[in-house]
Amino acid sequence: MEAATTRAPTVTPPKRKVTDRARAERKLAWLLCAPAVIAMLVVTGYPIAYAIYLSLQKYDLRFPDDKEFVGLGNYGDVLTSSTWWTDVLNTVIITVISVSLELVLGMLIVLVMHRAIFGRGPVRAAILIPYGIVTVVAAFAWKYAFDPTSGFVQGLPLISDIAQPLNTREGSFLVIILAEVWKTTPFMALLLLAGLALVPDELHEAAKVDGASTMQRFFRITIPLMRPAILVALLFRTLDAFRIFDNIYIIQPGGALNTESVSILGYNVTINRVNVGLGSAVSILIFICVILIAVFFVKALGTSTAQQRGET
Amino acid sequence: MQHTNRERVLWSLGILVVLLYALIPVIWITSVSLKAPAEVADRKFFSGFDFTNYDAIFSDNTFLAALINSIGIASIATAISIVLAAMAAYATSRLDFTGKALILSGALAVAMFPPISIVGSLFDMWRSVGLYDTWPGLIIPYMTFTLPLAIYTLSAFFREIPWELEQAAQVDGATPFQAFRKIIVPLAAPGVFTAAILVFIFAWNDFIFAITLTSTDNARTVPAALAFFTGASQFEQPIGAICAASVVVTVPIIIMVLIFQRRIVAGLTAGAVKG
Repeated sequence: MEAATTRAPTVTPPKRKVTDRARAERKLAWLLCAPAVIAMLVVTGYPIAYAIYLSLQKYDLRFPDDKEFVGLGNYGDVLTSSTWWTDVLNTVIITVISVSLELVLGMLIVLVMHRAIFGRGPVRAAILIPYGIVTVVAAFAWKYAFDPTSGFVQGLPLISDIAQPLNTREGSFLVIILAEVWKTTPFMALLLLAGLALVPDELHEAAKVDGASTMQRFFRITIPLMRPAILVALLFRTLDAFRIFDNIYIIQPGGALNTESVSILGYNVTINRVNVGLGSAVSILIFICVILIAVFFVKALGTSTAQQRGET
Repeated sequence: MQHTNRERVLWSLGILVVLLYALIPVIWITSVSLKAPAEVADRKFFSGFDFTNYDAIFSDNTFLAALINSIGIASIATAISIVLAAMAAYATSRLDFTGKALILSGALAVAMFPPISIVGSLFDMWRSVGLYDTWPGLIIPYMTFTLPLAIYTLSAFFREIPWELEQAAQVDGATPFQAFRKIIVPLAAPGVFTAAILVFIFAWNDFIFAITLTSTDNARTVPAALAFFTGASQFEQPIGAICAASVVVTVPIIIMVLIFQRRIVAGLTAGAVKG
């Protein structure tokens, strides 16, 4: 009886029933996502809009009554100052050198782990330690390792004769990059490890049978297949390195010896000199740089996955 | 598989290099933290066990306040972030709806967002609404900036859960709540736990919001307090005390990371591959 009644109308109503359900599902989905979406919009979207508004004002907290609309004047001031361009150059130097070193080191660690004979656990545990350590603590550790009066590095034979790195600009860059690379290579390695797991062993076996050397197999098989993973890792690390702040703040307080990065500049202008209008212009320019970097990598990623799909 | 002795030696050397690489800075700050004031400049890796520095920081109200702020702020931010992210991750991994791609790419955009771009506005906004130098003033940005990481990690884990078990339990006579509590919660717990660790590490690590949005012991967290530590004179950094404080905030994280290393690796890679 019941089977008959439910089966009878199957021809038309199920469609309506499905859409009802789909609608309910959509409603539930949006309800579940709403808090997270609202939080992200309110805490990033609104402040960035407000930063754009502030960047168009002359707004110095020391003279709050002088607030007035100056259009793109702040941007003009920033873009014509040599400090901004020096800081962009500093940031680019630090970003390019640290991300390249991390890629090479991360790749080495991953290959070592992949071909592990024994001791894979200790290696994984060891590389996670820098990941877990607070960046400020890592910066202090490296700073004090190179400290002119108490650091162990100056006590090492051979090195003790070389000039104090923290007293020169180049030397400071070296220590800053070292601290950055030390702290973030594990993250790079983990992202690469995930990519390496996607490379099928059979391909290597086949190439081996065909007489390909280890080097050939690495550059012709591993690297091309890992390309999307490498690009994702590079994207995240480049954006992260471009925002470098903590390391410089600790190792050369305030960006002394001309080691300022763009984020340090933004902080100095907005928080230390409380020139919120000018500082906001710096912030928005950094935001634009970050968007450009992201677009570049996403485009590269798009073409690389398209190529892979075309080939296979 | 057979390995030659040469391979074994090379591999052992490799492990040693990686271990040294990871541990040298940690060993260095630990050793400095254990030096007596007179020994700080001896450049040695080991000069005995002296707890003067630890006594100093644990009798320092600024450090204790910062420690409490760090623990409280990071824990609350983690709890809220995980609840919001779990709801969103459930929706994006299990339900079918328009706008899903938009939400996921929006989260990705927030993950790439440079905090420096909004610290100025937040500084100004927080001062006018009274959130400057308060716990919520830091909890709100931490919670938001960890949402993408939490959403991606959790949806990667949620996709692996065999949700049919829930229906199966209901067919067997369990109420929907029982089915959820007895079947889904235990299956989802490891993923939720992993995401919570990653979020906690992020909040614990933050420096830029901590120094821009706080000014006193009220809400200043440990990384920010470390940067403002002063010794006998204002222009001299108390190296030993800073190292001792560093060790105090590092050890719990290292222990946590070592205990849950498998999960952390799984969480980071799962989130990244999908992202």
